[in-house]
Amino acid sequence: MIDGAVSGGLRLKALTKRFGSFTAAESVNLDIRRGEFLTLLGPSGSGKTTLLMMIAGFLDITEGDILLDGMSIAGMPPEKRNFGMVFQGYALFPHMSVRQNIAYPLDVRKRPKAEIEARVDEMLDLVQLQDFGHRLPGQLSGGQQQRVALARALCFAPPVLLLDEPLGALDKKLRVEVQDQLKDIHRRVGTTFIYVTHDQEEALSMSDRIVIMQKGRIEQVGTPEELYQKPRTRFAASFLGKSNFLTKDGALYALRPEKIDIAPKGAGQGPNRVSGTVRAMTYFGSVLKYDVTVPGMDEIEVDADAWRGGAPLAAGAEVDLSWSDAAAVRLERD
Amino acid sequence: MNGSPLRRIGTGWLLVLPFLALVVALFLGPIVNILWLSVTDPEPGLGNYAALVTSDNLVGILWTTIRICVITTAFSVIFGYSIAYAMVHVAQGSRNQMLSLLLVSFWISVLVRTFSWLMLLGRKGLVNETLVNIGIIAEPIEFMRNELGVLIGMVHYMIPYAVLPLLAVMQNIDGRVLSASRSLGATGQQTFWRVYLPLTRPGLVAASLLVFILSLGFYVTPAILGGGKVLMVAEYISVQILVTLRWGTAAMLAALMLFGVLALLFLMSRFMKLSTIFGGAKA
Ligand SMILES: Nc1ncnc2c1ncn2[C@@H]1O[C@H](COP(=O)(O)OP(=O)(O)OP(=O)(O)O)[C@@H](O)[C@H]1O
Ligand SMILES: [Mg+2]
Repeated sequence: MIDGAVSGGLRLKALTKRFGSFTAAESVNLDIRRGEFLTLLGPSGSGKTTLLMMIAGFLDITEGDILLDGMSIAGMPPEKRNFGMVFQGYALFPHMSVRQNIAYPLDVRKRPKAEIEARVDEMLDLVQLQDFGHRLPGQLSGGQQQRVALARALCFAPPVLLLDEPLGALDKKLRVEVQDQLKDIHRRVGTTFIYVTHDQEEALSMSDRIVIMQKGRIEQVGTPEELYQKPRTRFAASFLGKSNFLTKDGALYALRPEKIDIAPKGAGQGPNRVSGTVRAMTYFGSVLKYDVTVPGMDEIEVDADAWRGGAPLAAGAEVDLSWSDAAAVRLERD
Repeated sequence: MNGSPLRRIGTGWLLVLPFLALVVALFLGPIVNILWLSVTDPEPGLGNYAALVTSDNLVGILWTTIRICVITTAFSVIFGYSIAYAMVHVAQGSRNQMLSLLLVSFWISVLVRTFSWLMLLGRKGLVNETLVNIGIIAEPIEFMRNELGVLIGMVHYMIPYAVLPLLAVMQNIDGRVLSASRSLGATGQQTFWRVYLPLTRPGLVAASLLVFILSLGFYVTPAILGGGKVLMVAEYISVQILVTLRWGTAAMLAALMLFGVLALLFLMSRFMKLSTIFGGAKA
């Protein structure tokens, strides 16, 4: 660890934000643990940025409270909170060099020159931009700018780092690369990361815990595995990964496509079985995706392992679908 | 459809050619004429320009002009900056109102605006009369018929010109950059001096240039509010042409102002791209 963060536990208590009569965040209760990588995941307009801006201090709280290590910070101006923040679009200072950008938080704190220089070098190392210190932000690629923004936000060793879709502007391949770097940096600095994204894969692969949000409310909180394996609501099940929904005995169940076995008619086995017809088959390399029409049910999506699953079944084939009892997860509400 | 780009450019030129000819004839023609006059009247040679070093009178006038223009520029830009800043940060509705007021002031004739200052601040103007009547002062304050009067009138006239380029630049500033500064621990003041002001520099330069260059040619305001005591180049030129009929001197001064302005633009262009200044675009 570079900084050995000594604080950074946050508690949101019934946090509410209203814009006029519109409620952008409604009674959000959340404990954010020191040093964890917490992701706020939700569709556009679900209140992720609103929540983050309240934590950062840029938005007034309508109701509720925010505690940092037990002390209320509601009403404290953003510059007093000492939270690092990486903005959507990076928000680098265009008139300052990379070094000056990174040094800025220490500059405004009037730290000694030598200390600043040393710290900036350390940060440039951390984000692997040693050779770019004297460039202006406009002379960097998107991925490099993103790393400068990160270095600048981490430079003053904040207990909490807030990131609002920091990878939104990068292309797919670069995203994956930067995700790994970000994860690595998180491990090394030990700062609490609060990360906003609407990309479910990003959330699954990076987070210690994920908060799924919808319409300003928390839908479910948990580790990536908990959320994937035990979604509690229809929204959680369909937003994080794909899911089929079945009703049985008046209850709603979520059934992941890869947990269904597909076999030619008559060959299916297992406690839960239905018969249907393949409407379409799509080839994804490692996975074969079948859309199966089953009389009396919604269309069921099945993901079969392309290598172990046997010969592909063509559209029109009569098939049996089966799954174990544990595969179908009973949902608490719609 | 087909046809080389060159050919197309050729056709384009053909289209603008008449206007180009008009501009050359009506704009460049007189300028050349003035340059010519300045070295031929009253006799061929650089005698007119030599007067710049020999005549104390001329040097004094130039000095007064530059001093007034610099002070006018400074105050106009400072006031303009505050106004533009306010306009960017108020609600959309009020901003539109402020913008209309600003534009209205462009349409009011400089003569009208100058005389209003006389009525307001003259010896028998509203302010002095009031102050004398309620006994705060015994003698009217000399606001007008001196350099102060000229400055008041000119700054007032120039402020809208300073506001527009500043407004353009300020509207282009990304608010997230300012939020970023706050989140990194900078106070509002630090954010202003270290981030906001540098980012508005192109606007400051543009506004200063614009105001300074326009001020150089000011005629009506100094003539009326200066009460004949504050002689600036433009008024002096008109005296040379209309009264003393020394057209050579007048032409020389006109040429001097022209080259002064061009030199200023050239100097500025060495430091920053003029297009970004006048385009009001990002630095
Ligand atoms: N200043 C504001 N005034 C009124 N409504 C606002 C304001 N800011 C946000 N909202 C509304 O609050 C809701 C949540 O916005 P927010 O920006 O938090 O969404 P988000 O989850 O960050 O979405 P995205 O993924 O698109 O960034 C939206 O419906 C938005 O229109
Ligand atoms: Mg957002």
